[in-house]
Amino acid sequence: MAASHVQGKTMTISRRKFVAAGAALTGSMLLPRVAMAADTIKLGSILDTSGIFDAYGKPMNMAMRLAVDQINADGGLLGKQVEVVSYDTQSDMALYSQYAQQLTRQDKVDVVHGGILSASREAIRQTMHKTKTLYFYNVLYEGGVCDRNIFINGVTPAQQVEALVPYAMGKSGKKVYILAADYNYGHITAKWIQKFVADNGGETVGVDFFPLDVADFGSTIAKIQTVGPDLVIAPLVGGAHLSFFRQWAAAGMKDKIALASTTLGVGNEHKVLTAEEGNGIMVAYNYSQELDTPANNAFKKSWADANGGDQSMHEIAVSNYQGVLTWAEGVRKAGSLDRDAVIEALETGVSIDGPAGKITVDPKTHHAVLDVHLMEFQDQGMRVVETLPQRQPIDTQAVCDLQANPDDNKQYEIEI
Amino acid sequence: MDLSFVILVEIFYAVASLALISAGLAVVFGMMKVINLAHGEFMMMGGYATITAVHLGVNVFVAMLIIAPLIVGLIGLVVERLVIRHLYGRLVDTMLATWGLSLFFIGMATMIFGNTTTSITTPITGFAVGDYQINGYNFFIIFVSAVLLISMYVLLKTTRIGLIARGTMQRSDMAAALGYSPDRIYMATFFCGSALSGLAGAVLAPLVGLVPTSGGAYIAKAFITVIAGGPSLIVGLISSSSLFGVVNQIFTFGISPVFGDVALLISAVILLRLLPQGVTGKFFKGKM
Repeated sequence: MAASHVQGKTMTISRRKFVAAGAALTGSMLLPRVAMAADTIKLGSILDTSGIFDAYGKPMNMAMRLAVDQINADGGLLGKQVEVVSYDTQSDMALYSQYAQQLTRQDKVDVVHGGILSASREAIRQTMHKTKTLYFYNVLYEGGVCDRNIFINGVTPAQQVEALVPYAMGKSGKKVYILAADYNYGHITAKWIQKFVADNGGETVGVDFFPLDVADFGSTIAKIQTVGPDLVIAPLVGGAHLSFFRQWAAAGMKDKIALASTTLGVGNEHKVLTAEEGNGIMVAYNYSQELDTPANNAFKKSWADANGGDQSMHEIAVSNYQGVLTWAEGVRKAGSLDRDAVIEALETGVSIDGPAGKITVDPKTHHAVLDVHLMEFQDQGMRVVETLPQRQPIDTQAVCDLQANPDDNKQYEIEI
Repeated sequence: MDLSFVILVEIFYAVASLALISAGLAVVFGMMKVINLAHGEFMMMGGYATITAVHLGVNVFVAMLIIAPLIVGLIGLVVERLVIRHLYGRLVDTMLATWGLSLFFIGMATMIFGNTTTSITTPITGFAVGDYQINGYNFFIIFVSAVLLISMYVLLKTTRIGLIARGTMQRSDMAAALGYSPDRIYMATFFCGSALSGLAGAVLAPLVGLVPTSGGAYIAKAFITVIAGGPSLIVGLISSSSLFGVVNQIFTFGISPVFGDVALLISAVILLRLLPQGVTGKFFKGKM
């Protein structure tokens, strides 16, 4: 592609040679790191490693490569090495469907790990389903996806929001204001928050949605004050929305109204905000760098060794790492790369021990049973306040049973 | 009472920030007729200049008000010498060239600073008005914007330099006949316009997280404000940013921030349908 538009203008080498060279060049550029030999296993990865979501995607990419390197160092899978075929979607949703086609039809990978925003997952999920390419979405999300071809190990609202809301309301009060990102994740998560606020005897006094490029929250902050909630819960997403937390602190609101988020810190935002801006914000995730366990310390060390001392691992990077390990465990158990065999193996309830603790595949929903930690930001870290062990994805379990309906293929949404 | 004060401050802030992000473009596009599609990237560079200077230990106000405008002004100077000066009077060509420049600047910033969000903290703390908290930094932006507009007015209206600049923009051949070099005056004006864009980006930097593509968020609003303002530079800027700022805030408070932006754009369309020459094409004629 890159060379085609200059084909006609070359004078010194023959047209045929030029086209051949161009094709070879183009081919080699489009297929980074694809081994030509068939004795490798191809792992497809599709992530935003540049653009406004790169704070999420870059560490996810490093995590995936670390997991693959460790698998290969231990002798690979089924006696074969794992090769990575990766694409950078540049924080552009349109590129997801294009690269998904490429991974499934041209590269013919054995498994795909990736997708960050829920919009990107829905953009590629059907391509994976149609081409019968096993797909792992390793990101915290709004729950409800029911599809036998996909495995999801990120925390869902029943695992996260259900724990966060009563904790945050207990520390503040009953009146809750919600600020959410304006796409499927934000809308569905806002509904879950409203449900859990009501379940805990509280009241949702306002909900506002913001497109992903909104960066000025001045009038919103004034509006929140006119309503006067006890607690603000903010499922905001991406670099632009980070401004809210900064402007909230600049307006001096931090000590007046409590703040909780279902997304802040997922991309290590607590390290971008200063301690004064971040301290006291309440969150709940599967992972924290502050977890002082042997597994996490070993993981942090091998990450630093692999990436020159870097320590940028975060919630969804660790999810991605754990997703690759879960897939590898499924392949080992199946003794085959065949999609159906691997799915059946994973459905026996495969468990792995990752940096964030034990993760078990839930056979009914293909989601994960995992630990959730209630945390507060403190001095640019996430201090664990309480650990809730082995939570079930009961939101998705209530609507999805892939053992009874293996042909189900939709995302269920909560009705209020 | 407290609430109406808070809303009033927010409205003033919205007007001031519109005027601020449009001032540089008003000079470059309004006066010089160069469609500067890289305006947003000049602002982005102002932001990065501030953040870099602050990380190097410079006082944040010095960084915002002096260093950032100077650096971006100098970048503008280089751009003018290398690209823009060959394109005066060729409206569409400047558009293409500056669009290319904007891509270039985004690429450069990505290479130097990485494609991630960087930021600094707001240097002024908030304070309470009755039951409400106000972002103290809003007042700083209103103040900077007001000082800027007043000094632009004074410079253009009362000083000899301003007179020469205005004269050159109207009839460069006559200015040349009177012994002034239009080449130099264009150069100086472009420098000022770029410096103003850099200042705007610098002053807004502590409020937002900065990425190399941040400029894109400002460009549309800046062009709408300048075009709707019409031929008079400063009166046009003030009238259009007041109109759009008020409309935007009313809908933001009444419904949501999304509707605030929608209302701004719709009012711009209606305004340009009724007053195709902009506000000052019909009212305040002949004012600065």
